[in-house]
Amino acid sequence: MAKIKVDKLTKIFGKRTKQALKMLNENKPKNEILAQTGCTVGVNQASFEVEDGEIFVIMGLSGSGKSTLVRLLNRLIDPTSGNVWVDEEDLAQMNPVELREVRRKKMGMVFQKFGLFPFRTVLQNVEYGLEVQGIEKKDRMKKALESLELVGLKGYEDQYPDQLSGGMQQRVGLARALANDPEVLLMDEAFSALDPLIRKDMQDELLDLQTTMKKTIIFITHDLDEALRIGDRIALMKDGSIVQIGTPEEILVKPANDYVEKFVEDVDRSKVLTAQHIMKRPETINIDKHGPRVALERMREVGISSIFVVDSNRNLKGYITADDASAARKNEIKNLDEILHNNIPKVEKDTPMNDIFNIIHDSPVPVAVIDNNKLVGIIVRGAVISALANDGEVKLENDY
Amino acid sequence: MIINLLNFVPTIPIAEGTSWFVNWLTNTFSFIFFPIREHLGNFMGWSTDILGAIPPVIMIALVALLAFIITGKKFGLAAFSIVGLWLIYNQGLWDRLIETFTLVLIASLLSVIIGVPFGILMSKSKTAEAIMKPVLDFMQTMPAFVYLIPAVAFFGIGMVPGVFASLIFAVPPTVRFTNLGIRQVPNELVEASDAFGSTPTQKLFKVELPMAKATIMAGINQTVMLALSMVVIASMIGAPGLGREVVSALQRSQVGPGFVAGISIVILAIIIDRFTQSMNTKR
Repeated sequence: MAKIKVDKLTKIFGKRTKQALKMLNENKPKNEILAQTGCTVGVNQASFEVEDGEIFVIMGLSGSGKSTLVRLLNRLIDPTSGNVWVDEEDLAQMNPVELREVRRKKMGMVFQKFGLFPFRTVLQNVEYGLEVQGIEKKDRMKKALESLELVGLKGYEDQYPDQLSGGMQQRVGLARALANDPEVLLMDEAFSALDPLIRKDMQDELLDLQTTMKKTIIFITHDLDEALRIGDRIALMKDGSIVQIGTPEEILVKPANDYVEKFVEDVDRSKVLTAQHIMKRPETINIDKHGPRVALERMREVGISSIFVVDSNRNLKGYITADDASAARKNEIKNLDEILHNNIPKVEKDTPMNDIFNIIHDSPVPVAVIDNNKLVGIIVRGAVISALANDGEVKLENDY
Repeated sequence: MIINLLNFVPTIPIAEGTSWFVNWLTNTFSFIFFPIREHLGNFMGWSTDILGAIPPVIMIALVALLAFIITGKKFGLAAFSIVGLWLIYNQGLWDRLIETFTLVLIASLLSVIIGVPFGILMSKSKTAEAIMKPVLDFMQTMPAFVYLIPAVAFFGIGMVPGVFASLIFAVPPTVRFTNLGIRQVPNELVEASDAFGSTPTQKLFKVELPMAKATIMAGINQTVMLALSMVVIASMIGAPGLGREVVSALQRSQVGPGFVAGISIVILAIIIDRFTQSMNTKR
């Protein structure tokens, strides 16, 4: 069952909305509607479903209607037509009291410019949602403190928002939304006002939190990299309409139309591609079976100066170099253990390429790609460069 | 021919109409005006008596101490208050000062009590704003003397009509600034308040009024200053205080006493202004 279901949701700004709606249903273009009725179409018949526990990203450039769309979801803006169901309850049918109840209990919101109350301390800000519910001072303080601890702001309770950096302010915003323990989090360009490094930290932290919280998150952004990084699914908006909904890979690999294609053209591939996309099949020897002689033989065969060592279950043990192997053979050492290097440069298979640069730069040997400590591939320097330069040749759906 | 065109309509009896209307108001609502005059008059009399009963030395010390605290432990305003108030005492105008202060205080309090709710109403409703804006303009541009006439009709002479005239003259800034302050609250904060399920009342008291506080205080400061400036004018209909000294000096062409009373009003104005402004700078 979908947590949130949106059906043909439309918002038209202006006075003659009825006429504009009729024209919209006749598939008249936006500029013609504007010319004839003076109405602006904010959101045009958007339909989608968001599953429980999913991070659903709504992405589009400014003016695409994404911020309007998210405000229709908690009726900060009333829709012109169409429906929103939250847990199969129709938001449009609710009276103000019922609507308040949904906003208090089910939905939390995080704002682009944080939306913190400057005259309240951090703690009082986080308490706000509980305070309006009439929860007792002691209880709401306890919950607010828990929430602050969750976002790593313990000890800042008595500061005022203007005493904190942008990143910390947005943590307060997040803590405030989490304090109500809502099932749905609406995040309107929540990280867009932060500088890139902090933004990345916040994205990581949100993903971390999400692994334990399992909230349904609707995340608005204009940044495709951000969308690809955190979204389970992405809806791409243009001129108020949703042009494509899909997983990050689907959006990248099968753009629905020219607009999406143009959009994803400039994606920083180093952030999207992960280790598994650029790794290749490793040459290995088995520590349980082989000795220095076989190792040397195999290195000579493929022309490499070092080789990874695994056990019979393909667990990564380390690597040995050709020099050590030939020395070992001269000294009649049979066991690989004695010449094994343990300090292997390794990455998980879903590590973004971005994070591999430094590791591979400092490493004398190829980087091992592991999955549950089993060696699944290696990355050589050349592969990283060719993946960046020669984007057409990288297969995104790598089946190893 | 063209001149006759202008004379086509005989003089419209606006003056007569207004007189008739005010008379009608006075007669019809005397059951309201009379108790107001009675009770407010008594109340103001007591207030003056109580304030006047405090020995000037203690009063000056209290004001100086309060000034010291309110300005964040600075000596400037405290020192000015001591010297200024002592000078007024020295000139034998202490009792007049207390009367003026009571008048300004009551007029300002009433202005705030009436002005802030109207400002809130104005900020919440476009219709209310459309109606009240021209009314406020009218209230502020009409020469203040004109208000004295119905004030006398309604409340006779003395302190109460003085308060009434000051009120009408001084209330617009509070209404305007309250409206402005609430409308200036960043949209995102209003949305945040709504998004967490605030009722309209919670939104008003927990977000909008605290956010608008600085602006509203600026309006109240203006109101207090206007009320003080009205004090002299209100003396023409028998309101007591420093203003009466000015008016009587004017009538007798006495430059000296006029100047002394005038400078006393300036001192009071500066002290009140700095007090209301310092209240604004605190978090």
